[in-house]
Amino acid sequence: MTTHDRSSPDHRITRRQALGCLASWTGAAVVWTVAGGVPRALGATSDGTPPTASGNAMTFVQISDTHIGFRKDANPDVVGSLRHAIADIHALPQVPAFVVHTGDVSHLSKPEEFGRARELLQELRVDRVHTVPGEHDTIDEGATGYLRYFDHDGNGKSWYSFDQGGVHFVGLNNVLNFKMGTMAALGEEQVAWLRTDLAGVSRSTPIVVLGHIPLWTVWEPWGWGTADSAQAMALLRPFGSVTVLNGHIHQVLQKVEGNVALHTAMSLAYPLPPPGAEGIGEPGPVTVAAGELAKVLGTRRIEVVRGRRELALIDQPFDGRRA
Amino acid sequence: MTPRAHVPVASRPSARPRFASLRRPSARALMACALLVVPALVALAASPGQVVKVDIAKFAYGPKDITVAPGTRIVWTNHDEAPHTVTSKDKSFASKGMDTDDTFDHTFDREGDYEYLCTVHPFMTGMVHVHKP
Repeated sequence: MTTHDRSSPDHRITRRQALGCLASWTGAAVVWTVAGGVPRALGATSDGTPPTASGNAMTFVQISDTHIGFRKDANPDVVGSLRHAIADIHALPQVPAFVVHTGDVSHLSKPEEFGRARELLQELRVDRVHTVPGEHDTIDEGATGYLRYFDHDGNGKSWYSFDQGGVHFVGLNNVLNFKMGTMAALGEEQVAWLRTDLAGVSRSTPIVVLGHIPLWTVWEPWGWGTADSAQAMALLRPFGSVTVLNGHIHQVLQKVEGNVALHTAMSLAYPLPPPGAEGIGEPGPVTVAAGELAKVLGTRRIEVVRGRRELALIDQPFDGRRA
Repeated sequence: MTPRAHVPVASRPSARPRFASLRRPSARALMACALLVVPALVALAASPGQVVKVDIAKFAYGPKDITVAPGTRIVWTNHDEAPHTVTSKDKSFASKGMDTDDTFDHTFDREGDYEYLCTVHPFMTGMVHVHKP
């Protein structure tokens, strides 16, 4: 379809346009490849033509916003949706190095939801699944409940880093430190950790950042942004190639700032309105008409071309090719 | 640096109690009865023991700003499909995550201004003023 750039605060969209956009919101996984140090999206799976990576490139898959525990009309079977994504990942011609989940693993932070989600993610035939928490994972006791199931480093922190395939990966928790009436944040402790973590990384090393809420302000009235993202961006800006992968808003948006490219991902649960959509008013689950859910499952192909600042997004409704 | 072992995450924790402060629909029926009966008593006894209702709908508290007498119990009900919380700034009260139709209540015994928010959607804020009539 087209690029979606809603970063302008003056952006307005009609309900008709909003509903039209639903056709491009899907519940598929995004395959990423790193070749020559620049992450490049190969496009969404489930389009019947599995994307292939070139040569010895490392690939990984991003999924997001599974909301295990959600069972309202917008998607009564989120487990089935996750399993659909898992099957798609298993159908890829090249086994991805790992899978990343950019948050809202659970819907209500309930232990049984975390447990079920972990069981399902363990069905993935990949070496590892890296997760970051969303605000739905930190409802009752901060990240404590989430960490009982997803403490990656075993050190009781919900942020971490690792190196793989020549890329430095950073997982962040940007749903912390809520202040009255403001957006969520990383907090001073985490920003200090990030500064220390990045201090040991060469400026030519590609950086991939995982975080739930967009690291740029998409729509402040709905909390679609990170209050202290400027501090994180200042630490990331000196690097030659930075790719930020977010979830939270259940739709694909992208923004490029210098060497930093930021992308939000589709959900595996339900669509949300476009930011600030006129006539919708709040970021609640959008229920599409019966039979329409299959239509919103589709293909999205993203190409990040080296040396270009704009990304190409191609979204194709799933039923447009299989009908 | 080598990749650290990830998913096979920590061992499963033991079962934990369900949300004690959340009332399911059966309890809501009782609450509805209380809402009918209590105001009649309050007419004689001024304000202590009064129950006031606040709705959570379309990502907003309604009313957003409310003034009550000391001893008043406020009952919040979430009408949205999205989960919300009622969490005070001073930590004096905090609900668990409230799913659709869940309720949370708190009795305000002391005078003061109590600001609260939804921790899932921190742009949602409300205020309870507790003053003697």
